[in-house]
Amino acid sequence: MTKKLVVIGAGMASGRMLEHLFETQPGAWDVTLFNAEPRGNYNRLMLSPVLSGEKTYAEIVTHDAAWYEEHGVTCRFGEKVLRIDRAARIVEGANGPVPYDRLVIATGSNPFMIPLPGHDLKGVIPYRDLEDTERMMGLGARPGSKAVVIGGGLLGLEAAAGMAAQGVDVTVVHVMGHLMERQLDEAAGYLLKKALEAKGITVLTAANSKEIIGTDGHVSGLTLDDGTMLPCDLLVMAVGIRPNVALAQDAGLAVGRGIHVDDAMVTSDAHILGLGECVEHAGAIFGLVAPLYDQAKVAADTLGEKPASFVPKEVATKLKVTGCDLFSAGDFAAGEGRDDIVFRDPSRGVYKRLVLEGERLIGAVMYGDTSHSAWFHGLIKDRTDVNDMRDTLIFGPAFQGGAQADPLAAVAALPADAEICGCNGVCKSRIVDAIQGGAVTLTDVRAQTKASASCGTCTGLVEQVMALTLGDDFEVQTVKPMCPCTPLTHMDVRRLIKSRELKSMPAVMQECGWTTSCGCASCRPALNYYLLCDWPGEYQDDDQSRFVNERMHSNIQKDGTYSVVPRMWGGITTPGELRAIADAADKYQVQTVKVTGGQRIDLLGVKKQDLPDIWADLNAAGMVSGQAYAKGLRTVKTCVGTDHCRFGTQDSTGLGIRMEKALWGSWTPAKVKMAVSGCPRNCAESTCKDVGVICVDSGYVLHIGGAAGLHIQGTVVMCTVKTEDEVMEYTAAVVQLYREEAAYLERMYKWLDNVGLDHIVQRVVTDGDSRRALADRFFYAQQFMQQDPWAERTKPAYRALYAPLADFTVEAAE
Amino acid sequence: MTDWTDIGALTDIPARGARIVKTHTGCIAVFRTAEDEVFAIDDSCPHRGGPLSEGIVHGRSVTCPLHNMVLRLDTGIAQGADEGSVNTYAIRVESGRLMLDTARLQRKSVA
Repeated sequence: MTKKLVVIGAGMASGRMLEHLFETQPGAWDVTLFNAEPRGNYNRLMLSPVLSGEKTYAEIVTHDAAWYEEHGVTCRFGEKVLRIDRAARIVEGANGPVPYDRLVIATGSNPFMIPLPGHDLKGVIPYRDLEDTERMMGLGARPGSKAVVIGGGLLGLEAAAGMAAQGVDVTVVHVMGHLMERQLDEAAGYLLKKALEAKGITVLTAANSKEIIGTDGHVSGLTLDDGTMLPCDLLVMAVGIRPNVALAQDAGLAVGRGIHVDDAMVTSDAHILGLGECVEHAGAIFGLVAPLYDQAKVAADTLGEKPASFVPKEVATKLKVTGCDLFSAGDFAAGEGRDDIVFRDPSRGVYKRLVLEGERLIGAVMYGDTSHSAWFHGLIKDRTDVNDMRDTLIFGPAFQGGAQADPLAAVAALPADAEICGCNGVCKSRIVDAIQGGAVTLTDVRAQTKASASCGTCTGLVEQVMALTLGDDFEVQTVKPMCPCTPLTHMDVRRLIKSRELKSMPAVMQECGWTTSCGCASCRPALNYYLLCDWPGEYQDDDQSRFVNERMHSNIQKDGTYSVVPRMWGGITTPGELRAIADAADKYQVQTVKVTGGQRIDLLGVKKQDLPDIWADLNAAGMVSGQAYAKGLRTVKTCVGTDHCRFGTQDSTGLGIRMEKALWGSWTPAKVKMAVSGCPRNCAESTCKDVGVICVDSGYVLHIGGAAGLHIQGTVVMCTVKTEDEVMEYTAAVVQLYREEAAYLERMYKWLDNVGLDHIVQRVVTDGDSRRALADRFFYAQQFMQQDPWAERTKPAYRALYAPLADFTVEAAE
Repeated sequence: MTDWTDIGALTDIPARGARIVKTHTGCIAVFRTAEDEVFAIDDSCPHRGGPLSEGIVHGRSVTCPLHNMVLRLDTGIAQGADEGSVNTYAIRVESGRLMLDTARLQRKSVA
C-alpha cells in the first residue's frame, strides 16, 4: 500500500532524498511537494555562474517538470504552507489541506538581514534565490551602476564578483579584519582581497555599516561608522543564514537554533523528519552541501524503516571565488603540540599552510594552488601518520615514498637554467659559475650575480647552491634575522615594506615569506611600528601588536598596577595642574607620588579599572598623556633660561615647550628624550639626550645620540644653527631620518653608530632639500599622531575594555 | 560536573586580546585568538605574577608583559627553556556567547 509523504521545501537536500527514495523504494510513496519558490529543485550553488552570465537558469535545474511527473510527485510550488496539524497529521496549504503518514520538513534557511536603519528600503536584497540573482543581473544592464555588498563571506564575494563581471562598480563591506574568516586565515584572506581588488572590486575590511540611506523609498547609499558614504543603486546583504524553523516551531516541535533531529533525522515527533539547513543535529547546524546529502540518504533510509544514522564528517571547503582557488579543511588554528608548515610563493601568489599535531595532519589552508587538496584532505580524514614525509609533505604526493628526502637533493636536481632569484632573474648556473670563479661568501655571490640581493627570500636557496658547489668549504653566514618567523633582518624587512609598498601586516608576512601565520611577540610590535612610520594616514595602528604599556598608555608595574604621568610641557606646571594632580592622587588612592628625572610627576599604583577615570579627571584639568611609556617622544627637559637665570643666553624654556608641542605623539624605533639648556652650563643635561640643544649667545648647538641608561653615552655635535625655527626644522629632520632608518628598539646612539655621523650630517645639515623633505614627512605624519590617547580612551567604547568581563566576587556575595 | 556560565560575548574581547574575570580565588584571563578560539587561564604568570591578560597573543600562546615568559593558552604550560604552568579553565563559544565552566570556582569558594 502506498503511504502518503508530504515534503515541505524543494531544495537540494530534499531533492536528493527523493532521488534515493524513488530508487530504493519505488512505488512506496505518494509524494506531495510544497515549495515557497514558484519552481522546483535547482542547483543553488550554480547561481553564481548564472549571475556572472556563464550559465542560464535552465542549465542549473536539477529536477524539471517531467521528472516530477514521472515519479508521480504532486507539486504545490509557490504555495504557502499555513500550518502543520500534528494531531490530525495534516499539512494545511493555502490552497487546501494534505494528509500525511510521514512529513519531511526541509524549509532550509533564511538570509539574515541586519536591522540597520533603512534595511527595509527598496533595493536592499539578500542573495538567496533566483529572484535575487535576477535583480543583480538587471543592474548590470544599466551602465555606471553601483552596488554595495555587506558581507565578505563566500556568498557575498560571489555576489560581488558576479556583479563586477556584469560591469557593475562593486564595493564589499566586511566587518571582520579579513575576508572569509571562517574558512581562511589572515594570510590567505589577504591574498584573496588582493585578487578581488585586481578585478576592480573595492574591498573594505574591519568596516562597520551604520545606516542605509534612501531616496524616494529606494536605497541610494550606505554610511559606515567612520563617516564614509558609499553611494549605490543596489545593496546586497550576505551576512549569513538562519535555519528557517518558523513552521516547526508553530507546530510545537523541539527547536533550538534549528529543528532538533536525532541521528535518524527524526524530529521530536516520530512522524516528522527534518532535513537540510533547517535542522540542528548534536548542537551543529549546516550550510555546506556535503553533509546535507549525507542527511538526505539517512532520511530516505529512515522513511524505508531501514536503520541508518547521520555521522557528521570532516568537512573540507574547496572553492573558487572569481577564479581564485581556495581550499580549507580541518582545524587550522595554531596550538600546543601543533606545528605549522607554511609555504609561500610571493611571485605566484601562492600560500599553503599545513597544521600538524603529533604525527598527524589536522588542518590545511591553501590559496592560489589547491592541486593536492584531495590528497591532504584524505590525510586529515584518515588520520594518516605523516611523520616520515614531514620534510616534503607540503610539496604533495609526488615527493613522497622512496628514500628519506635530502633537502639538498631537490636543489641538486634542479637544471642549470632553473631560476633561483626571481627578482633579478638569476639562474642556478650563473650562481655556480660565480662560485667556481671564486665567490665564497653570500655577499660575494650577491655582488657578482645579484642573486638574493633584492627581496632576499631566495637566500636559503642560494646558500644551498653554495653548499652543494663548495661542499665543506661553505659556512652559512650568520646574519641576525628579525625573529624566528623570518630569515630576513630588520633592515631587509624595512626595505621591502617601502619598495614593494606593503601596507598591512598580512601583506608583509605574505610577500616576505613569513614562516608563521600571525607572527610572534617580537616581530609584531616591530612591523606595527614600521608600517605606522612608513604609511602615515594609511596604516591602521594595531593595538594588539603593541606591548602592554603602549596599549594601555600607562606603565605596568611589578604588581600589575599602572603608573600615570601627565605631560608637563618643557617641565613647566601650574598651581592649578598641581591641585588637580593632588586631587587625583587622593581620589584614586595613588600609592606613591614621584618626581621623575624627566621633570614630570609620576602617580604610581593606579588600578587598571581606574585608569579611564583618572585620565578623564586629568584631561578635565587640561592635561594630556605624558606618554612616559612610549617608544616615542618622552620629555623635553629645560632649564629656566633667560626668563630667570642670570647666565641664560636664550629662552630655553620657551624653545623646549615649542619642541615638545611639535614633536609629541610621534612613534619612534625606541624612546626619544630631549633637553634644552639655556647656556653651556648645561643644567638640563642636554649632552646625554637623544637630541640635546645647548643655547649659546650666537644661537643653538644641536647635539644628538646621547643616552644615560644601561649604556652611558655622551652626545656628538651635529651642527650649530642661528634661529629657533631652524632648531625646529633640523630636529624634526633628524628624528624623521632616525624613524625611517633605525631598527625597532634601536636607540638613536646605536643607529648613529651604524650609519655614521657623516651620513646624518649629509642628510640633515649639508643637503637642504633632503632636510626639508625629511621635516615635511615628519610633520605630515604628525597630523595623524597628535591625538591624546587618554581623551580617546575615556570614550565609552574603549572604557569597557578596562573593566572585568565578569565579576564572580560580587555575585557570590549577594 | 560542569556548570557553563555566560560571561559575555565573544566580541567583547578584541581579536588577539584578552579580558579578565574576577573570582574569589584570583583573576582568570579569557583570551580570544586571531582564529576566534577562546581560552581561559589564570591571569598570573608563574614567573613573577605578571598579568597575562595584558600580553601579546600570537597563535595559541601569550607572551607575559613583565618578563616575556611564553605560555600556551590551551595547556597553561610555559614554553621554551622556562618552566612553570598556570591553571586552565574550560570555556567554549555558543552562538557567539562565552560560556565558562564555573563548577571548579564554586567548589573552591565553598571550600
